[in-house]
Amino acid sequence: MAILDNSKDAATISITEQIEASRYFEVEKSIHSAKDIEAIFKQGKVKLAVVFPQHFNEDLQHFNKAQVQLIADASDPNVANTLNNYASAIIMDYQNRITHDRKMPYTIVPEMRMLYNPELKGAYNFVPGVMAMVLLLVCTMMTAITIVREKEMGTMEVTLVSPMKPFRIVMAKAVPYFLLSSVNITSILLLSVYVLNVPINGSLVLLVAESLLFTLVSLSLGLLISSKAESQQTAMFISLVGMFLPTVMLSGFMFPVENMPWPLRTVSNIVPAKWYYTIVRSVMIKGVGLHAVWKETLVLTGMLVFFLGLAIKNFKIRLA
Amino acid sequence: MDSGKVITADKLTKKFGGFTAVDHISFEVNRGEIFGFLGANGAGKTTAMRMLSGLSLPTSGKATVAGFDVYKENEKIKRNIGYMSQKFSLYEDLTIRENIQFYAGIYGKSNKFIKDKTELVLQQLHLKSEADKLVKSLPLGWKQKLAFSVAIFHEPKLVFLDEPTGGVDPVTRREFWQLIYQAAASGITVFVTTHYMDEAEYCSRVSIMVDGRIDALDTPSGLKKTFNASSMDEVFLKLARKATRAAD
Repeated sequence: MAILDNSKDAATISITEQIEASRYFEVEKSIHSAKDIEAIFKQGKVKLAVVFPQHFNEDLQHFNKAQVQLIADASDPNVANTLNNYASAIIMDYQNRITHDRKMPYTIVPEMRMLYNPELKGAYNFVPGVMAMVLLLVCTMMTAITIVREKEMGTMEVTLVSPMKPFRIVMAKAVPYFLLSSVNITSILLLSVYVLNVPINGSLVLLVAESLLFTLVSLSLGLLISSKAESQQTAMFISLVGMFLPTVMLSGFMFPVENMPWPLRTVSNIVPAKWYYTIVRSVMIKGVGLHAVWKETLVLTGMLVFFLGLAIKNFKIRLA
Repeated sequence: MDSGKVITADKLTKKFGGFTAVDHISFEVNRGEIFGFLGANGAGKTTAMRMLSGLSLPTSGKATVAGFDVYKENEKIKRNIGYMSQKFSLYEDLTIRENIQFYAGIYGKSNKFIKDKTELVLQQLHLKSEADKLVKSLPLGWKQKLAFSVAIFHEPKLVFLDEPTGGVDPVTRREFWQLIYQAAASGITVFVTTHYMDEAEYCSRVSIMVDGRIDALDTPSGLKKTFNASSMDEVFLKLARKATRAAD
């Protein structure tokens, strides 16, 4: 979180200290003007900003009433709500403490502002999540199953005895699912814009490019699974338990990753969907450019190279 | 290399960890021959066949197929062989015609070649009226005959048949062997594994594998003489009884 303190008096410093002392927040940095707020939200590090107006303490002393503004990054409504509640609670706590021995109660009124998603619409949250899930499901599971199915049927063996290069066979199996995913991406985006009224605030080209990157990661995961699994059931099981569940649970789509205990937070880093989910939310809802999501993009690219390399290597070993 | 030899194997061995699936087998197969490759389940027939067809690398030993080395030139080998696996291996969701076209296509045959030969094969198998039906709907015997025709469609020098007649009725088996004879007569060498000893009698020469080794290799009549047996069945039983490996 960030704190913009326009007042810098006893009261605001005391509240800031309490926020810093609580285990829910880490104050990333203090900012000095309202213009900076937009910028740090776009960087994605800050999820909540607390803005104290000028003369905060004076207002409090003279009128027994003061205002504080809480600005939350509501591109993830769940997180935004939770953060707001925590921050409000800390401020309330301070208010009660200073009121304690006085007859006239002090009131600090927190004013909340939900950035990017003022109505706290769930669609802002689940559109990116559903995109990650659908792409993963189609690419990973279907690719794995279709190749393992050929292994089971015995057709794979006959194809491998032919002069066809294994690499070409595998690519030929992956291409239809890549095309299918492109259709999926298009239809999800159309639905979300025209039916759910979720805007695409960032560059559409970047969003599609990132989605295709994620599709490739999923495809190579599918290939990897198919090179290991010997039956369709195994392939399905690995795809569901190994891919689908972590995507739902650990990508931040259902439960905010920030609230998880550290072992789960660590594990969530190897879930490709987590990175993709962050990218889609940033690009689609926040409208940021590549400069804000280059790290996530790099992680996904790394995963693609790793999984694809492993999958191709496994296919070759099987033939040796 | 002698042009009359289609396969030469010299002390060919395949180990899986500590288990020797194929143990120093040496044999030669002549052009145009129907070579029977016999053995109990688990004797190592399929492993040997997979090494010769380039699906699996030998652990040691030498082998050439169609004049090409199995270690270095397996891509060239693949162009010159046909393969029909133990499992039925056509696409059940494609029609008969589509299956033929697909497999001919991956061998890089020209469209004209495929078109002309498809008609010929369909006629040969009496499947002309069924050509656009799904393979799924065919009875097993027909499927096997079709699979064989597909395996030799690209006119390979050599075709590997891995237990092609498993589960097929005697009448269809006989018809199947007629197809094999036709193929052999047209100059295709046939390398066939089987469990049926009456089929062994049809082969030009027969080898019998026991526990990864070739224990006997001769013409069927030669084997019967050597082992003082009246049928191939008896020869096989005499040899197989020595096996120490459990059948799978």
